[in-house]
Amino acid sequence: MDEVLLRSLTPGVLAVLVRRGADFAAAEDAVQEALIEAVRVWPAEPPRDPKGWLVTVAWRRFLDATRSDTARRRREDRVEEEPPPGPAAAADDTLQLYFLCAHPSLTPSSAVALTLRAVGGLTTRQIAQAYLVPEATMAQRISRAKRTVSGVRFDRPGDVATVLRVLYLVFNEGYSGDVDLAAEAIRLTRQLAAAIDHPEVAGLLALMLLHHARHATRTTPDGALVPLAEQDRGRWDTVAITEGVAILQAALARDRLGEFQAQAAVAALHADALTAEETDWVQIVEWYDELVRLTDSPVVRLNRAVAVGEADGPRAGLAALAAVPDSVPRRTAAAAYLHERAGDLPTAARLYAEAAHRSPTIPERTHLTRQAARLNAHLRP
Amino acid sequence: MAKYLLLKHYRGAPDAVNNIPMDQWTQDEITAHIQYMNDFAARLETTGEYVDGQALSPEGTFVRYDGEGRPPVTDGPFAETKDLIAGWMVIDVDTYERAVELAGELSAAPGAGGKPIHEWLELRPFLTPTHTVTDCTMHTATD
Repeated sequence: MDEVLLRSLTPGVLAVLVRRGADFAAAEDAVQEALIEAVRVWPAEPPRDPKGWLVTVAWRRFLDATRSDTARRRREDRVEEEPPPGPAAAADDTLQLYFLCAHPSLTPSSAVALTLRAVGGLTTRQIAQAYLVPEATMAQRISRAKRTVSGVRFDRPGDVATVLRVLYLVFNEGYSGDVDLAAEAIRLTRQLAAAIDHPEVAGLLALMLLHHARHATRTTPDGALVPLAEQDRGRWDTVAITEGVAILQAALARDRLGEFQAQAAVAALHADALTAEETDWVQIVEWYDELVRLTDSPVVRLNRAVAVGEADGPRAGLAALAAVPDSVPRRTAAAAYLHERAGDLPTAARLYAEAAHRSPTIPERTHLTRQAARLNAHLRP
Repeated sequence: MAKYLLLKHYRGAPDAVNNIPMDQWTQDEITAHIQYMNDFAARLETTGEYVDGQALSPEGTFVRYDGEGRPPVTDGPFAETKDLIAGWMVIDVDTYERAVELAGELSAAPGAGGKPIHEWLELRPFLTPTHTVTDCTMHTATD
């Protein structure tokens, strides 16, 4: 049984229940139960109409739960009065679910959890494992999130930017547990792109595809980081790159630039270069200039300084870095690299060690410690 | 979505404001303190921010490898050890500010006289096993 196909039906099934008058929280529970039932039953008895099967089972579960409620009489009456679902546009319903699960009243972690369950069809256990928290904690996070959005009207248009931020967070979480969150983020963004025509949705999808294309080469089998310049470009996923570039070009042609399109453009320029030396750093700097204009983020300024260092030499890079506040993560690592390129190895070694000390992740810390050790071995008399 | 360790020390942290040791509290004060800690953990579970909490015995043993074929060497406990961990709580929160807020609440647990202890708790971010992929287009170090 194709679990991804099963999960891709989740938002459509949930939307049908909500359209029939089920409240979101109860409908979501019922759909989750139907998904679990499908995993159990489908391998032996594959249904002819998978979505219809899920709707039937979920609706039955919803009615069972409702009947056992104290307000049984009233709710049943209401359910029976409810007209059968009309030919509501499925894409619209899916879009509404994305808006609801990324509602601005939710904290980022709640929005992520709710999106993965209600739109992605993942179980609470899978989400908990992916985020390395106890299942009970994740269950609470999700039910709280559902309570928070319980008063939100389902048909109210939301802000697509909030949805993109949630999907971007999921993508960045990468991989742990048995769910590949980056792949799941791509699937959810693709589904969103099918539901709404928006250049930044396309931009984010392109960005994810272009980054994920390099996924296999970014670390060694034992988990050590491989810098972009040293990655085996022959192992980049050309199918994903081709798709990402095509999606990006179509989005850029509409002349409504946003930060995800600009970030994707940088990623596309890296993907374009057959060797690290062929990278068009001048154009990359131009895209970072656009990003500075769009976001004015210090992280972007840091990345721009590194690109300037490649385009115009390490001295220029260090000059650009001077404007980046000390507190920006990875600034010290960038300074170490630029000093090394400029030939100041003692300073570079010291900064690599300092950057390792301040690093937020284990692979980065190991990588930066190795860089310091490499230079220190070189510097010893 | 970041994990933090709230570390409670037997020794090694600066002195608490209400620094009377627990064995000199009244029994009701001890009960109130334990209730506060349990309520705090339970509340974190309902907010979906709780990961783990453990308390440690104050006395432990130091152990080290002593060469091929030899049993490990043990030593201690050392009464003079400056830093002694009493226990911890692991939380998973959206922001550093939220982590500080929760540590502040935990530090307000009641002690002698039913007054907050104002105990110093150490807040340490976890190093994450994976790295975020796109927020660091640092072409040089980590892509």
